[in-house]
Amino acid sequence: MDLKDISTSVPRKDHKGKVSGQLAYISDVKVENMVYGVLYRSPIAYGKIISIQLPNLPEGYEAVGAEDIPGPNYVKIIKEDQPIFANDWVNYIGEPILMLVGGDLNILYSLLDEVKIELEEHQAIYTLDKAIKQKSVPGVNMASYEFGESLEIISAIELKAHQIIEEEYDTGYQEHVYLEPQGMLAIYKEDEIVVQGSMQCLYYIKNALLSALACGDDDVRVVQSPTGGGFGGKEDYPSMMACHVAVAAKAVKKSVMLVFDRSEDMVVTTKRHPAKLKYRTAIDKDGNILSMCVEIFLDGGANVGLSSVVLQRALINSAGVYKIPHFHSKGYVLKTNTVPNGAFRGFGAPQSFAGIESHIGHLSKLANIDPIEYKRKYLVKQGDPTITKGNFRDPILMEEMIEDLLNASDYKKKKVEFQTFNQQNQRYKKGIGTSLFLHGCGFTGSGERDHIKATVKLVKSKDGKVILKISNSDMGQGIYTTLSKIVAKELDILYEKVLYPDPDTKEVPDSGPTVASRTTMIVGKLLQRAAKKLKDQWQSGVEQEVVEHYVHREMIPWDEKTFTGDAYPAYSWGVNIVEVEVDTLTGNLKLEKVYANYEVGKVIDDRVMKGQIDGGLAQGLAYGYLEKMTSREGKIQQKSISDYGPPTSLDVVTIQSKVFDNPYADGPYGAKGAGELTLIGGAPAVQAAIEDALQTSFQQIPITPEVIIESLWMREGEEG
Amino acid sequence: MIKFTLNGRKVETDAPATARLLDLIREEHLLIGTKEGCGEGECGACSVFVNNLLQNSCLIPIGSIEGADIVTIEGIMETEQFKILDESYSIAGGVQCGYCIPGMVMASAALLTKNPNPSEAEIREGISGNLCRCTGYNMIVDAISKAAKKGDGLWQRK
Repeated sequence: MDLKDISTSVPRKDHKGKVSGQLAYISDVKVENMVYGVLYRSPIAYGKIISIQLPNLPEGYEAVGAEDIPGPNYVKIIKEDQPIFANDWVNYIGEPILMLVGGDLNILYSLLDEVKIELEEHQAIYTLDKAIKQKSVPGVNMASYEFGESLEIISAIELKAHQIIEEEYDTGYQEHVYLEPQGMLAIYKEDEIVVQGSMQCLYYIKNALLSALACGDDDVRVVQSPTGGGFGGKEDYPSMMACHVAVAAKAVKKSVMLVFDRSEDMVVTTKRHPAKLKYRTAIDKDGNILSMCVEIFLDGGANVGLSSVVLQRALINSAGVYKIPHFHSKGYVLKTNTVPNGAFRGFGAPQSFAGIESHIGHLSKLANIDPIEYKRKYLVKQGDPTITKGNFRDPILMEEMIEDLLNASDYKKKKVEFQTFNQQNQRYKKGIGTSLFLHGCGFTGSGERDHIKATVKLVKSKDGKVILKISNSDMGQGIYTTLSKIVAKELDILYEKVLYPDPDTKEVPDSGPTVASRTTMIVGKLLQRAAKKLKDQWQSGVEQEVVEHYVHREMIPWDEKTFTGDAYPAYSWGVNIVEVEVDTLTGNLKLEKVYANYEVGKVIDDRVMKGQIDGGLAQGLAYGYLEKMTSREGKIQQKSISDYGPPTSLDVVTIQSKVFDNPYADGPYGAKGAGELTLIGGAPAVQAAIEDALQTSFQQIPITPEVIIESLWMREGEEG
Repeated sequence: MIKFTLNGRKVETDAPATARLLDLIREEHLLIGTKEGCGEGECGACSVFVNNLLQNSCLIPIGSIEGADIVTIEGIMETEQFKILDESYSIAGGVQCGYCIPGMVMASAALLTKNPNPSEAEIREGISGNLCRCTGYNMIVDAISKAAKKGDGLWQRK
C-alpha cells in the first residue's frame, strides 16, 4: 500500500453494509428452530429465595435455571461471585433467577408475570455512603489497595503546614447507551454450541462457556456479530448472557436468542462505578502543595466483577498528570445491593481525573494563580517517577500541547472578556476551563504477559489475499480499518487485499480482549511483526501462515501487592479547553467552544482518530453535566434514553482538535492507545468552565441544572 | 386486512391493528435496515418515511397506515440521493458502529429534501431526533453538509 504517511485516511472496511443497514446485527439474525429467552429477575435487592412457583407452561415453552447448568453456577470473570442463575441468595434487583424460553415473545412476557416467588428479604445496602460506613462488615470491602508515601512522614509534614485542605468529591453512574442493545444467540447443534452476538471479548466469553457448560474446547464456539457500540458495556456483561443462552440451548435442544429491549438494558447491565473521592492536602502559605492523601471509594454493586481492576486504574491515576510531593493513595471497592458496575471507556480513570482536576483547580484558587498555570507547575516530565515508582520514560509533549491550545483558544483574552461579560450580564455567565490528563495504554501491570499472552495469525491465500486471524472486535471504533491498514502497509500490498472477517474462535487464536486501549498498540504491533515475517517469506501462488506471540518489554516489574512498578508500558496524553455559557435563571448550560489536543504516539488513520476524539469527548463532556443516572432503594430510576439524557446533535458543538506526533517504539508505526483517552478530559474541563462562569466550586459531577440552581441559591442565602 | 405500499410495492397484512410498523417491516418483510434502538420513539434508529414524512416506525400501530406510502432505507438504496449520502458519510467519517446510521441516513434525506442547503444549525436540528453514541455527531453533520453541496439541485427533485 503506497501511503506516504500511515495516518492518511482510507475508506472504512465496514462502511457499505452499515450505511445501507444491510449488515446483520444479532437482532437481525434468524436461524432454524430458534426460540426466544426472557429472564425472570429478582424483585428485591437482598434476600434468600424460599420457593419459586412456575405457571403452567404451554407446549413448546420451558423454564431453564441453575439446575440446568452442567458446570459450576457462576460467570467466570475474576472472582467466582456472580451466579449465572441465582438459586439461593439474590443480591440486587434484576439479578437473573431463571429463563423462560419459547417461540413467542409476547407469550413469554405474560408468562413471566405469572411466576411466583417467595423470598426472605434481608437488610440491603443501597448506597455507597452506607457501604463506606459499613466497610468493616465482612463482605462489604470487595477489594482494596494502598500505596505511596508513609503516613508518618505525611503527618509530620501536615503538622508544619500552613493549612490542610480537605475535599470530598462525588461522581455518578454513567450508562453506555450503545445504540444496539445487548443481544446473544446460542445456536444449538448436536456436537457444538455456537454463541454469536454483540461483544468485545470473544475469549472471555469462550472461557466463561467452557466453565459453565463443563465441556471440551471443541464443543463451544464464539462468533462476534457486528457490534453496535460497546464502550466497555460489552466487555464483561456479554459473558453472562452467553452463559444464559448456551445453558438454555443445551437444556431445550434448540437455538435460543436473548435480546434486551432498551429499558431492560438500562436497568440490569453494568455501568460506570459511582465514586467518592477524598482529598487531604497540606499547603504552605503561598498555596504550594506539601503533601497529598487520596482515598477512593468505588460502588462495585452486588458483585466484584472487574471492579478490582477498575479500582487499580483509578488509583494509578489518582495524582492525575502531576508530580505531587509526598503522595499517598488508598482505595476500596465496596459492595452495595445494586446492579453490578463494570467496564466503561476510561475504566476508573474518568472518576480519578474528574476528582483530581477539580481538587487542583480549587487549590489554584487558594493560591490565587490561574488554574492552568498552577497545574503546569506540577506537570510530570520525562524521566519523572510515577506515583507507583515506575517511570515516565518516553518524551512528554504536554507543555507544547498546552501552549498550542492556549493560543488556539485565545485563553487569556477570553478570561478577560468573560469577566467583563459577566460583570455586565445578570442572567448569562460565561466561563472557560481546562483539563490535563493521560491514559495508560494497555492492561495494568503485567496483565499482557501473565494473563492475556496474545497470539495473532495472518493467513495468505493462494491468490495473494491476507486474512487477519485475531479475536478483536470492531464495535465501531474502526479496527477493521486501522489494523488492516497496518498489515497492508507493512506488506506493501493493496489495502483491499487485506481481509478481516468477523472473528470466530474456531478460526482465530486469542489475541486478547478488545479493551484497555490495547488493540492498536499491542495487537497492531503483533500484526505488524507478523506482516514483516510474512513479507520475508512471501511466495506467490501458495497458501502461507504466520503466527506471532506477545513479547513483554521488561521495565520496572509491576507488583500488585505493593502496588509498585511500571503500571503501563506507555501513556497517551491530552489537554482540553471548554467554554460554556450558564443561564443562572434555569441552570441550563450551553457548550460554546471545545478545543482538544492529544498525543497518541502516531495516528493510524486521521478520520478514525477524529471519530474517537469527537465521540469520546461528547461522552466525557456529557458525563460532567448532562448524563445523570440514580438508584433508589436498589432500583435504577432511569429506564429510558430520555430519562437519562445522553447528548443529541443539539448538545454538541464543533470540536477543534489536533493530534501531536510522538512515535512510541513498541507501537505499530509509533501508535499508542487512543480510544479511552478522548473521554477523560471532558467532565473536568466542563466543571472548571462552569466554576469559572459562576465563580464558585462544585464537589460533584454531573453538574446538572438542579445542582447549579441549588448552588446559586445557597450562595444567595450566604450573601443575603 | 390492512393494505399499504411498502417501498413502492402494494402489500397487505392480517397482523393486528396494534402491531408496530417496525415489527411488520422487520419480521414480516425481513427488511433489516430499520433498526430498533429503544422502542419508545427516542432514538430514531427505526426511522422510515410515512407519506414522505420522517417517522419512528416503533411508534406507529399498523392500524394507522391503511393506504399509506411507507419507504424504508431499502426503498431508497438505489436512488442517486442515497449514493450521494453514502459517499458523503464515507468521506466525512460519519459511520462508526453503524447501528444508528440507516435511521440517520433517512433523517438526512428527509432534511435535504425539505431544505437542500441547510445551515449547520438546521442540520443539527434536522437530526436531533436521531441518537448516535459513537461519533458525537460532528462528522455526521459534516456528511450532510457535504451531501447538500454534492447533491446540488438533486434534492429538490422528487
